[in-house]
Amino acid sequence: MNWRRAAWASLAAAPVVTLLAWGMTRDPNEIHSPLPGREAPAFALRVFAPGEPPLARTVGDTLTLGRMRGKIVVLNFWASWCLECRVEHRDLSTVARQMTDKPVQFIGVLYNDVASAGLDWIQGMSGQAYPGVLDPGARTAIDYGLYGVPETFVIDGKGRVAYKHTGAIPAELLTLKIDSLIAAGSAAPALTGPVVP
Amino acid sequence: MTSRVLGVVLGAAVIALVPTPRLTAQGANLPPVIQPRNAADSLLESRTTELARELRCPVCQGLSIQDSPSELSQQMRALVKEQIVSGKSDEDVLAYFVSKYGEWILLAPEARGFNLVAYLLPPLLLVAGAVGVGMLVKSWTRQPQVVSASSGAEAPPED
Repeated sequence: MNWRRAAWASLAAAPVVTLLAWGMTRDPNEIHSPLPGREAPAFALRVFAPGEPPLARTVGDTLTLGRMRGKIVVLNFWASWCLECRVEHRDLSTVARQMTDKPVQFIGVLYNDVASAGLDWIQGMSGQAYPGVLDPGARTAIDYGLYGVPETFVIDGKGRVAYKHTGAIPAELLTLKIDSLIAAGSAAPALTGPVVP
Repeated sequence: MTSRVLGVVLGAAVIALVPTPRLTAQGANLPPVIQPRNAADSLLESRTTELARELRCPVCQGLSIQDSPSELSQQMRALVKEQIVSGKSDEDVLAYFVSKYGEWILLAPEARGFNLVAYLLPPLLLVAGAVGVGMLVKSWTRQPQVVSASSGAEAPPED
């Protein structure tokens, strides 16, 4: 065997093989979002599903991020045609009910869907603890760099995106994220009154 | 020099022979050529298309938002148009989408940093392949001479 030739061939192939090997370690569906750590895009979204007391909001009211400053906002994008949204829905409502005494605002954003289908879906899923809002033209979804549903954003009390989760979010993980933000002093319950819609 | 002059003359002749739409309509008494409804609309549409071709569809990887029929792509395209109308430059529009989706959203990433691998590797591999093939061909063409020379030396004399 010509060892010198083999060494040259290996040397030439090494960068390509390394590049391919690195590529194999990456999940093509997992796309890095530039949003975490940055200021969350502002939104003003109209309520179509009121939610349940004490988290209920009046249908037709507009929820804006600016008026939730000081609270941790959980922004969950979903749709009635999304199968995975069924998996997380009960968990989201459960965590929202457990957090009623904490400075946390849950919002469900209906993505590329119609209000009637969303309401039917909520009814079929035995209700939703928090309000649902409409996003005409998916402008807020695009502002948040949405790839699909479900996706959940946790926004801290200073209005920065603290965490983004793609796919159904487990209740334990969501609770952990919220609790860690509260513990870090990201939310300021003493400074905020009730959220004005 | 002569060919250059000939080219200029031929070019001028072609331009002279092709009538302008206005002259055609007047001379032959034809209906006026239909112009775009609005030149500004046409320009807006063309800029939107150009920019939409540079942005990747998030739900159907590999297609641009111009080519994708998905609802999200159409909504993104509408947003591109809206931003152009609001006076944003092409760079501003692309920067907006990069700020939301990262550089992944650009179908052709900027030629800097690690991205250079995508631009430099193909031509480098092409050159390396060409050199490899050249060396292989050279060795193939040289081999028969060596074989015939040695076989000639060792071959028993024919009677």
